[in-house]
Amino acid sequence: MLSLRVAIPAANTLIPTKTKPKPGLVVQTGWNQTDLFSSLPKRYDYKLQAATTGLTDGRASVEDKEVELPAGLSRELMPKHVAVIMDGNGRWARQRGLPTSAGHEAGVKSLREMVELCCQWGIQVLTVFAFSSENWIRPKVEVNFLLSLFERALESEMESFQRSGIRISVIGDSSKLPASLLSLINKVEETTKNNTRLQLIVAVSYSGKYDVVQACRSIVERAKDGQIQLADIDEGLIEQELETNCTEYPYPDLLIRTSGELRVSNFLLWQLAYTELFFTQELWPDFGKEEFVEALSSYQQRQRRFGGRHS
Amino acid sequence: MLVNEDDLQRIFSEWTSILRKCLFRVIRVGPIPSHLAIIMDGNPRYAKKKKLEEGTGHDAGAMALLYLLVYCYELGIKYVTAYAFSIHNFKRSREEVKKIMDLMMESVILLTRLSKFCSLRVHFAGNLQLLSTELRNAAKKLMENTAGNSNLVLTICVSYTCSDEILHAVEESSRERTDGAVVKLADIEKHMYMAVAPDPDIIIRTGGECRLSNFLLWQSSCCHLSSVYTVWPEFGVLHLVWVVMDFQHKYPYFARKKMKQFVSVP
Repeated sequence: MLSLRVAIPAANTLIPTKTKPKPGLVVQTGWNQTDLFSSLPKRYDYKLQAATTGLTDGRASVEDKEVELPAGLSRELMPKHVAVIMDGNGRWARQRGLPTSAGHEAGVKSLREMVELCCQWGIQVLTVFAFSSENWIRPKVEVNFLLSLFERALESEMESFQRSGIRISVIGDSSKLPASLLSLINKVEETTKNNTRLQLIVAVSYSGKYDVVQACRSIVERAKDGQIQLADIDEGLIEQELETNCTEYPYPDLLIRTSGELRVSNFLLWQLAYTELFFTQELWPDFGKEEFVEALSSYQQRQRRFGGRHS
Repeated sequence: MLVNEDDLQRIFSEWTSILRKCLFRVIRVGPIPSHLAIIMDGNPRYAKKKKLEEGTGHDAGAMALLYLLVYCYELGIKYVTAYAFSIHNFKRSREEVKKIMDLMMESVILLTRLSKFCSLRVHFAGNLQLLSTELRNAAKKLMENTAGNSNLVLTICVSYTCSDEILHAVEESSRERTDGAVVKLADIEKHMYMAVAPDPDIIIRTGGECRLSNFLLWQSSCCHLSSVYTVWPEFGVLHLVWVVMDFQHKYPYFARKKMKQFVSVP
């Protein structure tokens, strides 16, 4: 690899430098949001509501309102939907001379912590990329371990999800999953379907392209059956057929990827149209409260234009 | 006129081009991406910074794209895709939209001349029905005239969003598959506006923002993302070299990925 050093002010802004969020940070909200968003595509209407009214839709419980946010974060600017690519478990384990399975178990602990923080800070939806359709080519031992880890985690956490008001949804190609896991997923989804505090969407055997292809297939079927005309096919119809139709907020506001890799890896391709991307060098088992605050702080400082122009 | 014949000659013949070619010779020791995609953000900020008239930032941006084409040609990058105008940009002020459309028209004329210097193929990706008839016809004519060229393929995404591109591909697949056969991934991909080029190796976004803004969402599934703080009109040779070296650092992962068989999506 070449190691030519040139002094160019071209730092890759995808990997942030380590700075602590400033206390009392003023976030720019100077522009007139109503004018900016007046002709947005329909799917972003809820963002206008969230931006102008804050969290007053009744979802936040009394407990949430009492939890103080870390310095520098504003509740009004909290993202409604956060997506995470949990990368780096294997590397974390190798660095410590542990087997890969230990890395994945440490990753589950990290996820538990993040779920709790999302509940406290008023984030409505958390989507995590647990297992990609491309991960099936990993060694069978690792794949079987991951699936069994997922099964064990679901079983052990089911009651705690119920108590905390967390709704679980699983998206992805379920045809390859073992029957025991499938039935457990159905059971957990059924049990937690009425919970409203946080929706945790776990992407297992998921691929963004597969999601669009299966949506297309459904639409073709419906057109064949005469339920819809070809002229009726629009972005809204595709959104309804995607696997993320299980949630009211299918579009992530913020995507976090750990371990320093700068790519999306076939995760939620359609849904990431206007998502703010945040990449961090930390490995997933090391991603904790401090790193999450950094990601949210970066998100809250960004100016989202959705193709428009602000004055 | 955006640029004249002398400017074009100068790009190829000044002494700086000798230095540049030497630098590129060194970089070419490592792997070079075959497809570079750019989100050209920051033109108005550039105009504000240089205290220029509003709208001239886009002129500077067009010049920067022209220079980048030359650099990519010299570096051996075969495909360049530039995000010129999104469907959602139509909601900007009428003056700005008109300014960009006029600039697009000038660029079509300029690209016709540039295509004679190197075998340049120009392709316009997007919903061209939303453009004026004059611009649409000029774009189609340029695409036809350069269809046989292959040294460098420039795709300009105008009136484009990836959602619209996927929607269009889904509509075409539905039209084709009324016989009842199952829709496959290949059916959707062949109807994409971007089917002329392979998936990008790098997507660069200038201006410091970290989002894709509905650009090549489908094609970016496994590509390296690079966000550069510099605004687009200031993006030059050294920035390009830095991005390519960053790509070379990550290249072993992408090479391994291409070697492995993906799990086929039926």
